[in-house]
Amino acid sequence: MRLKTTLVAAAAAAAFSVGAHGATLDDVKAKGFIQCGVSTGLAGFAFTDSDGNWDGFDVVFCRATAAAVFGDPNAIKFTPTTGKTRFTALASGEIDVLYRNTTWTLSRDVDLKFSFLGVNYYDGQGFMIRKDMGVSSASELDGATVCIQTGTTTELNLADFFRANNMSYEPVPIETNAEAQQKYLANACDVYTTDASGLAATRATFENPADHIILPEIISKEPLGPLVRHGDNAWGDIVRWVLNALIIAEEKGITAANVDSMASADTKDPEIKRLLGVEGNYGEMLGLSSDWAVHAIKTGGNYGEIFEKHIGENTAIGLARGLNQLWTKGGILYAPPFR
Amino acid sequence: MSSTGQPPPEPFRVSQLLYDTRYRSYTIQIFALAVIMLAFAWAIDNAVRNLEALGKDIDFGFIFETSAYDINQHLLDYDSTSTHGRAALVGIINTILVAVMGCITATVIGVLAGVLRLSRNWVVARLMTVYIETVRNIPVLIWILFTVAIVNEVLPGVRSFRGEDAMSGLLFDSVFITNRGFYIPAPVFEAGSSVIGIVLLLSVGAAWYFGRWARARQAATGQILPVFWVRLAILAVPVLLAFFAMGSPVSLEVPALKGFNFKGGIYMRDSLIGLWLALSVYTGAFIAEIVRAGILAISKGQTEAAYALGLRPGRTMSLVVLPQALRVIVPPLISQFLNLTKNSSLAIAVGYMDATGTLGGITLNQTGREMECILLLMAFYLVASLTISGAMNAYNRSVRLKER
Repeated sequence: MRLKTTLVAAAAAAAFSVGAHGATLDDVKAKGFIQCGVSTGLAGFAFTDSDGNWDGFDVVFCRATAAAVFGDPNAIKFTPTTGKTRFTALASGEIDVLYRNTTWTLSRDVDLKFSFLGVNYYDGQGFMIRKDMGVSSASELDGATVCIQTGTTTELNLADFFRANNMSYEPVPIETNAEAQQKYLANACDVYTTDASGLAATRATFENPADHIILPEIISKEPLGPLVRHGDNAWGDIVRWVLNALIIAEEKGITAANVDSMASADTKDPEIKRLLGVEGNYGEMLGLSSDWAVHAIKTGGNYGEIFEKHIGENTAIGLARGLNQLWTKGGILYAPPFR
Repeated sequence: MSSTGQPPPEPFRVSQLLYDTRYRSYTIQIFALAVIMLAFAWAIDNAVRNLEALGKDIDFGFIFETSAYDINQHLLDYDSTSTHGRAALVGIINTILVAVMGCITATVIGVLAGVLRLSRNWVVARLMTVYIETVRNIPVLIWILFTVAIVNEVLPGVRSFRGEDAMSGLLFDSVFITNRGFYIPAPVFEAGSSVIGIVLLLSVGAAWYFGRWARARQAATGQILPVFWVRLAILAVPVLLAFFAMGSPVSLEVPALKGFNFKGGIYMRDSLIGLWLALSVYTGAFIAEIVRAGILAISKGQTEAAYALGLRPGRTMSLVVLPQALRVIVPPLISQFLNLTKNSSLAIAVGYMDATGTLGGITLNQTGREMECILLLMAFYLVASLTISGAMNAYNRSVRLKER
């Protein structure tokens, strides 16, 4: 009898788990937390600390989204996904949003039927190699053994790059960043390639980071950002505008420390007023409370604060803002107007 | 039907379907069939509807699209401009390669370990017990990861063969064992090597004929000829003569360090070696137990009778015990071969590009056609497994007890 009940339950779950996608926002609100897909572990971007709590650049954006919806940055469950499992996890409804260094491409947008909601890190694919190999440019890599994370755009970029430059290489496909690191350090491959930010993050965890260099060539555009399923517009709007709110907050100088005083004090700037819910009913339009952006900003600060804390130049990862600087300061980070 | 003294057959009544044992089994079977078909129909309908709800259709067109990724080990011509279909084929061939290599070595290891576990030498028998019990009680995935990690971490890197105090290769600097795999010399066939091939074929035929003749002679006269050594001579001498007569048309291409890696020769990747060793050693432990069971199934009287006739232990094993034991060994051996073939799909854990790695890995990921790729993959493993069990069943029929 018990077997029968289990079977019926499994059948019911199979039948309904996919069907209920129409309104992820309702689902999320009903269950009281967000399920966020992140990387299985990439220093600076998504990792678990010594207490088992998730932290990192991508993680904070997830938490800010949870804070915007529930007022609580901990109303969230993290699902670690590999390059291979991430899209299946999202398509099947196992996760509500994927915040995992995922490159925005046409085929993922159109053919895999996901909606990309913006870019939280502008990246490009680079190569890391031991300094004592004496290689200073990617064009000298003919014949090299290259470790790549399988199931990513890097695989395709790599094939294109070597073909375009008429060079040969030996690809070693690897499932996760940790395995790739082990192979690279054991000298089982000469070069490790992935997004330049990922290389910097990986290098930071090495015993002697200075023994390895990241070659100057960036061989691709990798706009990394959050994505949800197609047709999830109400839910997608929330994820998109949380990201935009954090960028606008940096533009306007709103930080985790001053957000409360900004919201209560007599700010002159009408856009700050609109953002923090003092004026207008923008929260209601999104289906959220009016102070959603206050909660989101309080989680980890504005975009700049999150960047500096987790991957900025003063961290072990040591990434410069570069392209990810605000448009007013020479970068291309640009959020649409909040009105 | 028309036998006298019996009542005429009663007309069929519907209640018989339930109460008459002659018909009840049909009722149950038809009912069971209907339930199973309904379950399948429901599952398929569910999949189709849910895919529709996601806006996904089933379309195998991606097979003919450009794959755009590279595969390191390809026995066919392949590059990133080839199609996904060809990538799948490359993966399938890689699967078959490791499965065939694995089945052969697993059988050799298994037969040796199985026979040795029964050895009267206490140390040898216990060593084999330790091997079998350790290996088969640890999951094969762990063994695969373990062997590849050993290859990567313990063996010298390619760079150790470069520079001032460089290491030199084995066998006159021709075989290089590195943590990226083994680089071994490859034969290069020049004009005239076909003659050697023909001589070799003729020698094989002659060796086979000699074996038959020797057996017939033994049956007629009772004299035993040194078949093994004569055969070896028949195989080796003419080929060697032809080789030198044709002016050494077959040479070896020795791998040489060029740039980042060794170039030339045959490159056996670390992933292939690790996967192959792990699968062979793991499956070998199971085969050893099967072989031991097969040998123990032959009554001791057979061995004693052979000894009484004056056969030595080695001949007793190969002429009396093993041929009979094969009848017990072969059927479970089939399932071990199937297990090995299916276990090879764990290859992706170490980056060996088998069918699961190409069709079920990168292609699936880049095209997003999960359903189609998994269906194709299932079809491939099904066909492969059925082929293996078909071939092995044919072999089983040839060794089983012939009842006349």
